[in-house]
Amino acid sequence: MRFRNPLASARNHGAAGGGVEHWWAQRFSAIVMLALSIWVVYAIASIVGASYSEASAFLSRPFNAALGILFIATSLYHSRLGLQVVIEDYIHHRGLEIALILLVKLAALVGGVLAVVAILNIAFGA
Amino acid sequence: MATDNRPLSPHLQVYRPQLTSVLSISHRISGVINSVGLVAVVLWVLALASGPESYAQFIAIAGHPVAVIAMLAWTVSLFYHLLNGIRHLLWDAGWLLDLKGAYASGYAVVAGAAILTAFSWWEVLA
Repeated sequence: MRFRNPLASARNHGAAGGGVEHWWAQRFSAIVMLALSIWVVYAIASIVGASYSEASAFLSRPFNAALGILFIATSLYHSRLGLQVVIEDYIHHRGLEIALILLVKLAALVGGVLAVVAILNIAFGA
Repeated sequence: MATDNRPLSPHLQVYRPQLTSVLSISHRISGVINSVGLVAVVLWVLALASGPESYAQFIAIAGHPVAVIAMLAWTVSLFYHLLNGIRHLLWDAGWLLDLKGAYASGYAVVAGAAILTAFSWWEVLA
């Protein structure tokens, strides 16, 4: 005897009603960062101890600016996905839980836009 | 039926910590620490885009002992999360899921994070 509703089987979301896309997004962003980590090591090695002009010259190269934007965007996305799970697991007050998740999403979005505009600013020497 | 006070498994207060469980919660904790570190990365890019004075200010703050300790903690946390993240991806692919594989990869991750942290700080300070 099957106790599962046929519609539930068709949607295939399980008891939580979702999460598959979140799971894949977390893995996909992890793999993207893994590939970018080679550039990150190179970037940190170039930036540590660099003067203002050396650091801006580094980030104004198109390749470095592009990978820098890609890395910040991917890591903020991965970070907000991870923090969402931590909040969902440990915050047992539904209202606070939703508020914190929205706050994390907003912070990641604002931080990302700020960083991308800053990198473009450095790259185009505005 | 009252279900609020039923004991939950695993009952963490009486459960002996094991390498696998400690590394599991450490992955979460390091993820949260890395998220805090991302805020500093965004601030660094903003400081660089804002000109030499704000960049010099950022570098001065980064030289404070508290900031140096935070950066050391971030280095450990980053390398641990990176290596243990690879371990998680391998598990997702179905590898190392037996007890022996989980323990061997666990020790490898701890040793790898320690070696990479020591190597990077030695490179920076030397």
